[in-house]
Amino acid sequence: MVKVGIPRGLYYYKFSTLWEKFFTELGAEIVVSDKTNKNTILEGANHCVSEACLPIKVYYGHVINLLGKADFIFLPRFTSISRKQYICPEVAGVQDMIKNSIKILPRVIDTEINLRKSEKNSWLAALYTGEFLTDDKKKIKTAYEHALEAYRNERRIMKSGVMVDEFKQETGTLPLRVIQKRSTSITVAVLGHCYTVYDSFINMELIHKLREYGIGVVTLDMLDYQESKERCKELHKNLFWDYGTRAYGGIIQLIENGGIDGIIAITSFGCGVDSFVIELVEKKVRSESDIPFMKLVLDEHSAEAGFCTRLEAFVDMIVRRGTIDNNVSTYR
Amino acid sequence: MIITFPHIGNTYIIAKSFLDDFGSEYIVPPFNTNKTLELGAKYTPEAHCLPFKLFVGNMLQAHQLGADTMLITGGCGPCKLGYFGEMLKKTADEIGINMDVITLEVPDQGFKELAARVRKVSGTSNIFNIARVVNDAKNVAVQLDNIERLARIKRARQLEPGSVDRIYRSFQTEVLNYKGSKEILKFLKDIEKKLKKLPVNEKATPLKVGIVGEIYTTIEPYANFSIERMLGNMGVEVDRQVTISGWIINDMFKKALHLPREGEDVRESKAYLKSMVGGHAHHTIGNTVVHAKKGYDGVIHLYPLGCMPEIVSQAILPAVEENHQIPVMTIIRDEMTGEAGFNTRVEAFVDLIRKRREEHLNEQNKMLYGY
Repeated sequence: MVKVGIPRGLYYYKFSTLWEKFFTELGAEIVVSDKTNKNTILEGANHCVSEACLPIKVYYGHVINLLGKADFIFLPRFTSISRKQYICPEVAGVQDMIKNSIKILPRVIDTEINLRKSEKNSWLAALYTGEFLTDDKKKIKTAYEHALEAYRNERRIMKSGVMVDEFKQETGTLPLRVIQKRSTSITVAVLGHCYTVYDSFINMELIHKLREYGIGVVTLDMLDYQESKERCKELHKNLFWDYGTRAYGGIIQLIENGGIDGIIAITSFGCGVDSFVIELVEKKVRSESDIPFMKLVLDEHSAEAGFCTRLEAFVDMIVRRGTIDNNVSTYR
Repeated sequence: MIITFPHIGNTYIIAKSFLDDFGSEYIVPPFNTNKTLELGAKYTPEAHCLPFKLFVGNMLQAHQLGADTMLITGGCGPCKLGYFGEMLKKTADEIGINMDVITLEVPDQGFKELAARVRKVSGTSNIFNIARVVNDAKNVAVQLDNIERLARIKRARQLEPGSVDRIYRSFQTEVLNYKGSKEILKFLKDIEKKLKKLPVNEKATPLKVGIVGEIYTTIEPYANFSIERMLGNMGVEVDRQVTISGWIINDMFKKALHLPREGEDVRESKAYLKSMVGGHAHHTIGNTVVHAKKGYDGVIHLYPLGCMPEIVSQAILPAVEENHQIPVMTIIRDEMTGEAGFNTRVEAFVDLIRKRREEHLNEQNKMLYGY
């Protein structure tokens, strides 16, 4: 059986079901790289230019982890994943970065995914991918349809508020610091790219920790994208990054909805898209609501103590705002 | 309405001729200095890139002189530049100054909106009139790039050190006394003649270095510590393929008319970077290949900290370096204004390529390429 390696990084956290289902239906064996760990980051950082952001380095690490384990390696080239929108340039170019810096790669399935002009292009991408494994067009078509169905199903489940357990990264791999349950009725929105929010190693188990505090978590995937897109029209110029639309539109929905008690934005150091998007979001939150907002910047330094302290302080602040008085500052 | 615009190298001359021809009122902001950067950095979050900070600095300094409208160009690529307009407006509102931002691009609302914006700047809606003025501005841009190119060649060969800079510097301030594209063009032609007359060492075979990278950092002398002058005065001939006139012709004219606009550089880069990642990543990689093929001694790659497309090209450049055996040095510019460290790196690089060329000539090629 042909082995297809999929790096567990970047958009794997969004499309894992789609890809896995598609390749299985085509009769391939799937090898997903190990969960992100210290070694992944170390290997990635060693092979990647130092200026790249953390998720890119982690992706490098995952690719290196797959070397020698698979016949094919699936490195899709993302240009756009929704109409009239782009992906961050680094993610768009990561395939070429890897091809030019890691010398011994297995055969690369280098599908281009560009839905900027038309969403029908996703079928063309699937066809291109499938042809690496089989000549049977019909088989590809069926596999594509089944995969799409599975993916949509998963999205639907996520929208109802259930986390598809951080994409199979079952929690509890790191010993958690002593966590005291703070509350049972607080909800916090976690804002960030799917590859920082769901990768529990690089965000130091943020979601798991929040849950242990007894806090409900909302992520951007639980919000309606069409609605977000509609809300973004209040800007003079539409954001041309997919993530920007999701985050900005999402935050407006959350503010209007009023059901959340705090917002945590996680971003990786040097993220160009976030430097603008989070800035816009922060201004929006601060000017139109009194929801506490905290920005956490992630990088390779995995000093958990400082991270925990800030998180604890933030959570305590929210709890006290609710129970003691309403005069606690919304700043951090 | 008093218009202003950000500084990118000699672009202020183009903008000046453009606005003069329309008879609009405008203010040329003071040239970029540490003060400009300080002002910009004060009002922008740290994660924003250097060009944005300098844009904000320009905006504030122009506002002090009375400007109330900022004219910039835009885009819709994944590079951050496409969103500068909106962010500048938000920053101006936050600082509390009254500053309108006009972005010259084809916006979401279509060509009608672009026409409205042009009308706002020009005060005329006569399409032929506008086309003529834009064409004249293009001619000024081409002439400016000719002067820059000539200055780069002359500098590496000048007999009397500083003779080129004396003419070049005086022209940058003197040009402000002329009005309209006709006068400016005439003045620029005179300068070109003056430069051509300068005595040079005809026998010199200077080292050749190509400059590639992000457009703002490579063109704006403040953002690259006048690297062209620095190298030129070390006796190195500099070449920079990405120019303002090239940008106007390729990204404004040809794009608007849907003409094919793939140059040699973009074709060469396709082997390394297949899809579009925005910014000038393709030009950076392609031009490195082109320079290598033309037998240049080295390439310097410049970009501001946090520039996404150039990080991609930085990761790819080592492969080009190896395939074409050309030394490449990447220098990243941030708000730190330590010029000495920058000089040291450039000097070391020049020493390396000089040594490398000598050994090449003696056929004892032992030097490592790169770094």
